[in-house]
Amino acid sequence: MMGIFAIILPEIFLFSSSTLLLMIGLFYKKINIINLLSFVVFGLTAVLVVYQPSSFGFNNSFVNDEFSKTIKVMILLGSAATLLMFSPSRKHININIYEFPILISFASLGMMVMVSSNDLLAMFIGLELQSLSLYVLASLNRNSLQSSESGIKYFILGALSSGLLLFGISYIYGFTGNTNFNLISATYDKDSLGLLIGIVFVCSGLAFKVSAVPFHMWTPDVYQGAPTPVTGFFALAPKIAAVAIFLRFLYSSFGETATDWQQIIIFLSIASMIFAAFAAIAQSNIKRLMAYSSIGHVGYILIGLACFNFDGVKSLIIYLIIYLVMNISVFSFILMMKRKDEYCESISDLAGLYKDRPFYAILISLGMFSLAGIPPLAGFFGKFYIFMSAIKNDLYLLAIVGILASVVSAFYYLRIVKIIYFEEPSEKFDEFNSSSLNLLFFISSAIVILFFIYPSPIINIGNYAANTFF
Amino acid sequence: MNELPILSILLLIPIVGILLLTFISSNSESDSNLKQTALWITFLNFIISLVVLFNFDQSNPNFQFEEKYFWLGDSISYHVGIDGISILFVVLTTFLVPICILASYNNIKFSMKEYLIAFLALEVFMIGVFISMDLILFYLFFEGGLIPMFLIIGIWGGERRIYSTFKFFLYTLAGSVFMLLAVIFMYWEVGTSSIPVLLQHEFSYNKQIILWLAFFASFVVKIPMWPFHTWLPDAHVEAPTAGSVILAGVLLKLAGYGFIRFSITMFPDASHYFAPMIYTLSIIAIIFTSLIALVQEDMKKLIAYSSVAHMGFVTLGIFTFTIQGIEGAIIQMISHGIVSAALFLCVGVVYDRLHTREIERYGGLVNRMPLYSFSFMIFILASLGLPGTSGFVGEFLVLLSIFSVNTYFAVFATTGVVLAATYSLWLYRKIIFGQLIKDDLKDILDLSSREILIFIPLIILTILIGIYPVPVLEIIEPSSQLTIDIINGKMK
Repeated sequence: MMGIFAIILPEIFLFSSSTLLLMIGLFYKKINIINLLSFVVFGLTAVLVVYQPSSFGFNNSFVNDEFSKTIKVMILLGSAATLLMFSPSRKHININIYEFPILISFASLGMMVMVSSNDLLAMFIGLELQSLSLYVLASLNRNSLQSSESGIKYFILGALSSGLLLFGISYIYGFTGNTNFNLISATYDKDSLGLLIGIVFVCSGLAFKVSAVPFHMWTPDVYQGAPTPVTGFFALAPKIAAVAIFLRFLYSSFGETATDWQQIIIFLSIASMIFAAFAAIAQSNIKRLMAYSSIGHVGYILIGLACFNFDGVKSLIIYLIIYLVMNISVFSFILMMKRKDEYCESISDLAGLYKDRPFYAILISLGMFSLAGIPPLAGFFGKFYIFMSAIKNDLYLLAIVGILASVVSAFYYLRIVKIIYFEEPSEKFDEFNSSSLNLLFFISSAIVILFFIYPSPIINIGNYAANTFF
Repeated sequence: MNELPILSILLLIPIVGILLLTFISSNSESDSNLKQTALWITFLNFIISLVVLFNFDQSNPNFQFEEKYFWLGDSISYHVGIDGISILFVVLTTFLVPICILASYNNIKFSMKEYLIAFLALEVFMIGVFISMDLILFYLFFEGGLIPMFLIIGIWGGERRIYSTFKFFLYTLAGSVFMLLAVIFMYWEVGTSSIPVLLQHEFSYNKQIILWLAFFASFVVKIPMWPFHTWLPDAHVEAPTAGSVILAGVLLKLAGYGFIRFSITMFPDASHYFAPMIYTLSIIAIIFTSLIALVQEDMKKLIAYSSVAHMGFVTLGIFTFTIQGIEGAIIQMISHGIVSAALFLCVGVVYDRLHTREIERYGGLVNRMPLYSFSFMIFILASLGLPGTSGFVGEFLVLLSIFSVNTYFAVFATTGVVLAATYSLWLYRKIIFGQLIKDDLKDILDLSSREILIFIPLIILTILIGIYPVPVLEIIEPSSQLTIDIINGKMK
């Protein structure tokens, strides 16, 4: 009996601690304490995840393997980073409520279930727990029209995508008689048109969650409207979880007939890369720009997904880790930028950063170069491994489109560098005195810049996680 | 052989310099402590590169001072070494960087610290390109140099600096990314990205064509060849003096080095197939850009166009696949590295005094600035390839080699030499000779002791290589011969 529960021990721990914290928060409204405790809970959960043996249970609907463990640790890292972003900014953005860390915890719990699920229904439950928490998070700033709008928009479109997903699941169940990934794979009928429809619908639903073109419409609005720490969270954790379940769903259930769904992924990938590269050029709000940037990055990540082999998974994991680190650095920086106690969100507000804070200016510029994928920064290695796997699999079209899109996208990242360095300042920035944001910013920037000196740890994580499938 | 990891030390010293500069405060008005630190660091690096040069075994055509450490796994390693082809470029780099820093002593008005850091970072990347023995490491350094150069032009450049630096960055990036795909393709084809292994590998004909084109896309922009040269005049005009110096002196050579090391050696069949195209483009570059240079009103632009013409000789020499051609190309690159750097410094000297680069604004400088006129003359003569200067040796060897391949191309290329004389002497006459009638020139000062210090080593090298090029040729020859042997071995 205990054996079964040992499989979901981290999830149980996270669930019971968050519920407990919710209770505590109700009576003892010290947000800082709740936030700190949630942070500790995330840390402990991560430890539990790391020390969990690889196993599966609940009729094989829940698996713990190297892949899910890696992704879970990344999700927890992203969530913990969000809490660090939350604490210094909560008073300014009118989200000064103790539910924030709790909601983050529940969202993370949903993601963890999602990542480990080996069954369509378990996947759906995890996905919905995650999504519901995210809808609330997006509209957390009740006094802001934009925030409410983004919440509603996200909710409606999210519900639609869940509908598509569920519709696809019903088709898959109808034509195979199973919801378990491995059983679907075993009873897969190659010529079944109904099953193909099911795959297409599930892929659409999941593409919405990873915000791949043409299911990306919600992303810019939600990123811009949501309170900045929440936007940071959107960019960090849910995307990673959604990519992970996308991968597991396709690889475990339909590994036999990869060529069928590869076309879908290739299309999503090319569309995302090209669209994001051009659409981001015209943006003036940095959060919106980061939304388009994340769409573009998803395009590259999907290349790794389309490869369907060891190198593909490895490159995908490496890319996700680097993407996580780069986004932490950018969002912690966005939260530090204030003028007269007001957050600066427009790109043109960055003007004069160089005169004011030269050290921050060089670090964030290097962050931008890294997002653009210029060597020797970390972002280059992410792209490098992605292209390695693409070329190994003869996906030349993807590689060429990807590399050209990266040149185009370099333009809008460089535009930020241009504004930081080459334009005259308007007013001085407030002191960048939040220690938690500084900590996040410096650590993540250090990883971005120094990655090339000692890349083995992250590459080894990639190898470790990729072993699961191949 | 020396046990010290001396090539890594070459890379590390500027990095240490960057760290030092980061922590030195720049409170004092003149930033003199920053400048001194950077100058001594780069000078130290120059000394170390000389140590490498003197310990270099000239009779050995293979890579020397090799170091290999685990890096990205899967047979992509941190692997460095130098041979006769690359060593002179390393020394050229370490030689020019202290000169650049010395030349920036007075004309960088703000953010000296960041400027010096950018230069040291650039030095790391440039040295890295020449000593890499792993293709992926090479690409890392090749592309990484864009970041500091982007900032140098963009922050400390002239009026249209933003346009120029974007053009420079995106143009070169767009060319280079194809090389990345080609590098990855070669890695999967051969199973390693180690350059010595790849040099021995024979790719099939069709693959050679594709790979050659991918590498060409990168190098043709970087070197730059007509019609992909348009970023160069813009970048040169807007860059600060030292930026132009390093751009002309070293960055353009990265591509020439790439042509020798990769294009002709790894893809000899494709190189032979495309050689007529290269000849044609080079000839057009030589004649066309020389003619453009004739009508320039901006000194820097004129020298920039002359750079394109000189690089035409380099590509011409490389693709003759003869020992004279390759040696000539390398010497031409070294010589151009010294001479064009010096010419940009000459422009910088008068620009610092008058803040204009317009040729019309000058005239009769010989009356007030004899020392300057003398140095300028030497470099102008070297630039047009007068016998006895370094410019002659390279051009002569290249013309010799192209003559043995195709007489018509040789005739056209020689016309370029005449045109070079025309625009160079025209520039010199306009600026130096004539009556000193313009008012603001009346009290212009001659070279300061700092400027003399900059010019002396450049003059000595220009004349030394011109009169007695044997030591240089002795360094280049064994490795060039090996390159030719590899090509011939693959061609059969």
